[in-house]
Amino acid sequence: MASASDCISQTGPGLKERNYFGFSDCSSVDRSTVSSAHLESKNNMNMKATELRLGLPGSQSPERDSDFSLLNSVKLDEKPLFPLAPSKDRICTLSQKTVASGNKRGFDDTVDGFSESKTTNFSEGNWMFNATGSDPGQAKLAGNVISIRPSGTQLAIKSEVPAKTLQESTNKIIGTNTANAPAAKAQVVGWPPIRSFRKNSLVTTSKTNDEVDGKPGPGALFVKVSMDGAPYLRKVDLRMYSAYKELSSALEKMFSCFTIGQCGPQGAPTRKMLSESKLRDLLHGSEYVLTYEDKDGDWMLVGDVPWEMFIASCKKLKIMKGSDAIGLGSSSYQVLLHFKAKKSLMYPCFVWDLAVYQCFYKESFRPDYGSDVPECFVLMSDISFICLLAFSCVFLECLLRLRLYLLFILNLDFLVEAQ
Amino acid sequence: MAYSFPEEVLEHVFSFLSSDRDRNAVSLVCKSWYDIERWCRRRIFVGNCYAVSPEIVIRRFPELRAVEMKGKPHFADFNLVPEGWGAYAYPWIAAMEEAYPFLEEIKLKRMVVTDESLELISKSYKSFKVLVLTSCEGFTTDGLASIAANCRHLRELDLRESEVEDLSGHWLSHFPDSCTSLVSLNMSCLGSEVSFCALERLVARSPNLRTLRLNRAVPLERLANLIRRAPQLVELGTGAYSAEIRSDTFSNLADAFSACKQLKALSGFWDVVPSYLPAMYSVCSGITSLNLSYAAIPSSDLVKLISQCQNLQRLWVLDYIEDSGLDALAASCKDLQELRVFPSDPFGAEPNVSLTEQGLVSVSEGCPKLESVLYFCRQMSNAALIAIAKNRPNFIRFRLCIIDPQAPDYLTLEPLDAGFGAIVEKCKELRRLSMTGLLTDRVFKYIGSHAKKLEMLSIAFAGDSDLGLHHVLSGCDSLRKLEIRDCPFGDKALLANAAKLETMRSLWMSSCSVSFGACKLLAQKMPRLNVEVIDERGPPDSRPEGCSVERAYVYRTVASRQRLDMPDFVWTHDEDSSLRYS
Repeated sequence: MASASDCISQTGPGLKERNYFGFSDCSSVDRSTVSSAHLESKNNMNMKATELRLGLPGSQSPERDSDFSLLNSVKLDEKPLFPLAPSKDRICTLSQKTVASGNKRGFDDTVDGFSESKTTNFSEGNWMFNATGSDPGQAKLAGNVISIRPSGTQLAIKSEVPAKTLQESTNKIIGTNTANAPAAKAQVVGWPPIRSFRKNSLVTTSKTNDEVDGKPGPGALFVKVSMDGAPYLRKVDLRMYSAYKELSSALEKMFSCFTIGQCGPQGAPTRKMLSESKLRDLLHGSEYVLTYEDKDGDWMLVGDVPWEMFIASCKKLKIMKGSDAIGLGSSSYQVLLHFKAKKSLMYPCFVWDLAVYQCFYKESFRPDYGSDVPECFVLMSDISFICLLAFSCVFLECLLRLRLYLLFILNLDFLVEAQ
Repeated sequence: MAYSFPEEVLEHVFSFLSSDRDRNAVSLVCKSWYDIERWCRRRIFVGNCYAVSPEIVIRRFPELRAVEMKGKPHFADFNLVPEGWGAYAYPWIAAMEEAYPFLEEIKLKRMVVTDESLELISKSYKSFKVLVLTSCEGFTTDGLASIAANCRHLRELDLRESEVEDLSGHWLSHFPDSCTSLVSLNMSCLGSEVSFCALERLVARSPNLRTLRLNRAVPLERLANLIRRAPQLVELGTGAYSAEIRSDTFSNLADAFSACKQLKALSGFWDVVPSYLPAMYSVCSGITSLNLSYAAIPSSDLVKLISQCQNLQRLWVLDYIEDSGLDALAASCKDLQELRVFPSDPFGAEPNVSLTEQGLVSVSEGCPKLESVLYFCRQMSNAALIAIAKNRPNFIRFRLCIIDPQAPDYLTLEPLDAGFGAIVEKCKELRRLSMTGLLTDRVFKYIGSHAKKLEMLSIAFAGDSDLGLHHVLSGCDSLRKLEIRDCPFGDKALLANAAKLETMRSLWMSSCSVSFGACKLLAQKMPRLNVEVIDERGPPDSRPEGCSVERAYVYRTVASRQRLDMPDFVWTHDEDSSLRYS
């Protein structure tokens, strides 16, 4: 067992770590290697987080990588326990905290979470972990990092946990809809094995037969999603989402590969550099618009009707270019537009309505300023546009009134239309 | 010894060989037989459109008249194959346009057919006769219109369960008045209304019409007129079978039915009003095939109908039939060969009808010729399966689906190993098996040791370890298609039985524990296998070695392993650099 001083000298520069527990040599060496490993893995993780991938909604980084899943989950869970901001020398900070609080278990668990191979070193030795239940904070970590047992079983458990999380995550990926399941059971993709043709017939059959029964609809509702310029279309299960936001983020992920192809010169390198937020701007910055075909065959913009109504009437989805989508819209809006176009000259207030509606309600009609223009400028330009319209309306009204006044007051006959 | 038969004689002899297997065997005898056979082969069947390329087919068989092809794997029916995976018909059709000007038949299953392909078909072949599209997608009614308009000698237009984008019903009116050759028309998958006058005229001027399957939009009132114009019909699919209860409609319908003396098969029956069922009673004694799988008919009416059909050989029905109905079926239809029971409410948490394993047991007892079963139920027991196996050892196809995956024997809570073991042991001629329920590696041991004639096996949520897969791959001698989902099968069994995979048509594994490294290794070891990794999460090498792929589809092929229409979520072996996957 090395003395405390040895341990201190072996740790990284600039650290004032006090090793009160008499950890062995190997442990401190490992600690530094573990910290560097943690660094490396953290960097990798950041890269991975920005890397674009085609994933189903709900598939956050844990699903992609069993090792990283442990990392992430440990990280996430530790935040409430160790409120110090995660820094590069994370482990050392934590150990200071543990030292201060006298809670050695937390430190060991953290380290165990990061390095599986080091567990043997830690588990043997003079400090003993208490039983699992005694630390309430333990319970949170234990779910992800089962590290309280001695080394032999520890490794075994390690290998089990990734498999389990992977199994769970593959279940998530294949669409287990535990959060949003209308029925008591979670739905699995493609189960029971009934052809979609038959499933759809069943839906309509059951609807006609039990009209009183307000049972929630059957499992999956797959609709095709096509995108202008994409070589093939995809299918999404609308019942997996409960709001428009989830659907649009899922579609963004799904079709990211196509938009990248358009904005970057080569495929692979730009993929990594483009962050998710930039991609969202690209999709939302009036470049592409999400539309759907309803039961009557009309193409409408997604987002007008309540979600339940939308999934009941949506037959197909299409991501079209913003320029193509002008003139499209909810049916009421189209009627309004038509009406307004006719009457605008006579009734300036309708022009005002039109301007307001255009600028504030429908993003797609806003002129494209690009994504790096601040919001306030956009707002200002909208306001100036409205003012311009307002002035022109007032001007037109004045002209009309002027005509009447001139008729009455000046008796100018030539202003009257020929009989 | 240079004596040999003249070519013409050999050709004449070969013309009696209809089975593809026989013809393939014949072509292996010697070079001259190979040459003669390939010049006189008129029909081919390609089980996997990517196993061979159009060029190879055209080079070998220059005089084909009929082509039948399958595209996507079977699990594509359940949305397990992402859209855009492939199976496009256009390259084949474009290649065949020049090579086979006298092509008469095209039958496609689970392929993506576009309107361009249909137009090309209609314009390229002067004597095109038969078009059958089963579970295909990608085309609209405009494509059908061009087929109707341009194919002068069209005999069969069969759109079984295809996904057609229904733009309008006008396509039917494109059949020219001169078209009188129609023998079979199946439009049951379409949604929109066709012009009834056009339909009636078409039916009236087609004296050879044997099969007419209408879609749901054809109302019952129109059915009588249609049938009356075609009393020679052998197979009829009705439209919506519901109308207001009126005696004149009923009598009209009953008269029309009674005129059809040759009717053998009935299907359709959407939105059934049971009071109209007795209109069919006059034809029931001759009916051999009855498809009521879209008909929500209560059990009592079903029993009344079925007890009239003494010669029934094939019955597809919803689980509204219940155990009592199946008892009646077992009692009255002794010629029954195939039974399919579909669930009416597969996603409900609780059973809505009282259909249990007992129904299947009684049918297996009562129907001595039963050989093919597809059964959806909510509970099963080992005892029932053992009884079924004992009663009916002549099963050829046995597909059982318990709605709850991994459901154990509901009586003993044990796995269903013993039950399925009994099935494979007793049914020596079993060719197709689909299993569900709680199953361990033991059932695979039974399958490996007994199911020697098994050709297709579907497994879901079963097994404990690689040993299960190993049993199947090493034991089943005749295995051609294996499809697995959500089982803990991994690399070891796959790599150990790599040679077996070349004797099979295809292997599908989704949500199993197959790693990318194993796929790479397999592709390197076996140059005639195409190992496709279908993963929508991104490049597989971006994840660590132990991570499983989402789906792996392995099939034997003599075509290039890098198919040109691969989407970006499919990875296969890169021929140029053997260690890199592109």
